[in-house]
Amino acid sequence: MSTAAADLLQTYLGEEHTISSWLLTHDHKRIALMFFGSVTLFFFVGGSAATLIRLHLVNPAGTLLQPEMYNRLFTMHGIVMVWFFLIPSIPATLGNFLIPMMIGARDLAFPRLNLFSWYLFNVSGLVALYFLFVGGVDTGWTFYTPYSTLFANGHVIAAAVAVFINGFSTIATALNFVVTTHKLRAPGMTWFRLPLFVWAIYVTSIIMLLATPVLAMTLALVAIERLMGIGIFDPSLGGDPLLFQHMFWFYSHPAVYIMVLPAMGVVSEVITCFARRPVFGYKGMCFALVSIAVIGFFVWGHHMFTAGISLLSAVVFSMLTFIVAVPSAIKVFNWTVTLHNARIHFDAPMLYALGFVGLFTIGGLTGLVLGTLASDIHLQDTYFVVAHFHFIMVGGTVSAYFAGLHYWWSKITGKHYPETWGRFAAILMFVGFIVTFAPQFILGYLGMPRRYYTYPADLQTWNVLSSAGASILAVGYLLPLCYLGWSLFYGRKAGPNPWRATGLEWQTSSPPIGHNFLRTPQVTEPPYQYDPRDGSYISQDGIRHA
Amino acid sequence: MPSARTLRPGMQYADLEQQSETAQLGMWLFLATEVLFFGSLIFAYTVYRSAYGHQFQLAGHDSFILLGSVNQAILVTSSLTMVLALRAARAGEQRALVWLLCATAALGLAFLGVKGYEYARDAASHALPAIDFVFKPGYRAPAEMFWTFYLISTGLHALHLSIGIVLVLIFAVRAARGAFSPAYDGPLEVVGLYWSFVDTVWFFLFACIYPLGRVMT
Repeated sequence: MSTAAADLLQTYLGEEHTISSWLLTHDHKRIALMFFGSVTLFFFVGGSAATLIRLHLVNPAGTLLQPEMYNRLFTMHGIVMVWFFLIPSIPATLGNFLIPMMIGARDLAFPRLNLFSWYLFNVSGLVALYFLFVGGVDTGWTFYTPYSTLFANGHVIAAAVAVFINGFSTIATALNFVVTTHKLRAPGMTWFRLPLFVWAIYVTSIIMLLATPVLAMTLALVAIERLMGIGIFDPSLGGDPLLFQHMFWFYSHPAVYIMVLPAMGVVSEVITCFARRPVFGYKGMCFALVSIAVIGFFVWGHHMFTAGISLLSAVVFSMLTFIVAVPSAIKVFNWTVTLHNARIHFDAPMLYALGFVGLFTIGGLTGLVLGTLASDIHLQDTYFVVAHFHFIMVGGTVSAYFAGLHYWWSKITGKHYPETWGRFAAILMFVGFIVTFAPQFILGYLGMPRRYYTYPADLQTWNVLSSAGASILAVGYLLPLCYLGWSLFYGRKAGPNPWRATGLEWQTSSPPIGHNFLRTPQVTEPPYQYDPRDGSYISQDGIRHA
Repeated sequence: MPSARTLRPGMQYADLEQQSETAQLGMWLFLATEVLFFGSLIFAYTVYRSAYGHQFQLAGHDSFILLGSVNQAILVTSSLTMVLALRAARAGEQRALVWLLCATAALGLAFLGVKGYEYARDAASHALPAIDFVFKPGYRAPAEMFWTFYLISTGLHALHLSIGIVLVLIFAVRAARGAFSPAYDGPLEVVGLYWSFVDTVWFFLFACIYPLGRVMT
């Protein structure tokens, strides 16, 4: 591949400039950027709700917001962040951009379906914004029956419709990724030569395909029961509210892995590149991803320990929860061994990735505390749970998302981001995160329930600390918006491979040309052929770079 | 859209065979999501049926098993015509292909007609939950729940079948214009997969609905 020749061609950004060339594009790279715009918007919508919640909780008497409004805000925060940011964030933006490039393909298998997925996402987003503006929903993101079907005021049906449509967008994108990974790999790109990011997105897509339809049906049943007043989950008509919880968590627990596995993929790419060493235990990393996905389908009952399930099933679900921690721990150990004795480059992507490893570890270990039946009785539905899953999803996934954005920014835009600002924001985010969520472990242990809008005055210190941390975190999130935006216009021009990385996506121009490669790459090497002695590397198309 | 006259694969594919295999894999995966979609509905049904066996048998006894059986026969026959259409395409028998596709769509429409008649009979016997439901002797709340599941599952199935009919008709028009040939029949096979799936779903719905209460001990 001659990158000099590729530079002479138009990049995917420069081919055409009309609005319709974007709105009707079939290019996975342009669609990735459009997804990036959509999820960024929703990230700040969900973030502003979180800001109001934290402001409200500064005062134990809760005077800022009315109780009803408070309920609607945390519901909106949950729905928007889970379905409109976390689930599409890494797969639909970075995955969309990178999967074809990493496997040496010209595009995804079904480009029109990919574009359709973006439109579905935005339609569902418009329905979501509609129900937010006409009054919102106060059920919490979990839509528990019978509250959601019989008692809740607000637009439960509109919310269910939004999530339902959103699910089809997820399924369309996931289907595309799975088929593409199976069928469009370049010659020589065997399964065990795939970068771990591709493995992660592939496994995530399988979970999306198998779990999302169940959520769609469950929410459809909720909407039908609420609309028609007929008994499906309503206990007074013979229905079983616990059945709703089983079906909801059959989706929503695997959804946690939908959110965190892509993050693990990003972090694997970044850590090996900046440690200049091959990932330790590559095949183990692949099998760990697969086993997390498989076992992750059988742990949903740990959300229901206090809901009235039998002791036997509680014990089994608790045990399975401990088992799913094993492959997660394998990944953390392998990243650590990769870093051991390495000459580490502390650039911004690496700082974000290291932040992921630390925060994910804390989130994972506190998950075991919650998976233990005895301690869960005490901690269920407290701020301990809130802190635990924010460590996984925000500390973990969002950190990795920013790691990926910084790592591939030069590839996507052809411009360098300002490195000093990048490092500063990474550290600020890490500190802000710890200050926001570490106190919530203590609050939960002291007994503060989640979703309450007032609390006893002696818990105020920890709450004020948490809110103060949130303000640091907010600055941390706004900074990249500013300096990444700045770099689009004033950033230094980037070469094809500024990080000296091995993947195929780096062996073409930055930004890439329309169909990614001048010639279909021939893959001869496993990924991550970094030489720890002199920093040289062999890219996957077999070329040795000094 | 490639046709027999311009046999060129999409730009992301190496050749037509790869394109055709890719489309089939995509349909198989889509059908996997459909299995989970219908499966979760049947799962909820099964939970309640095991909890309220007697009530579900009472209610199921009032379903119209003759109409359900006729529809089963119609759909199985339509799968046969669909497969024969595919065989005709591979043999290059243009006229047979078009007619068999039309026959498939017609059988699908016949199913919908019988189903519509059955819904009318259901309505006449006041078995429409939340709209017009009369509790017959022995009926309690779970009997209404049976009819709720009946309407949701058969309604979703009818929706899927309607989509299938539209697809088959579109393909019949394309076939009449000579879009398919022994060298290019991939999209037909994809539609055939979908059609067979919709047929298969009816097997399960039939077993969930009509035999209930007719083999009471």
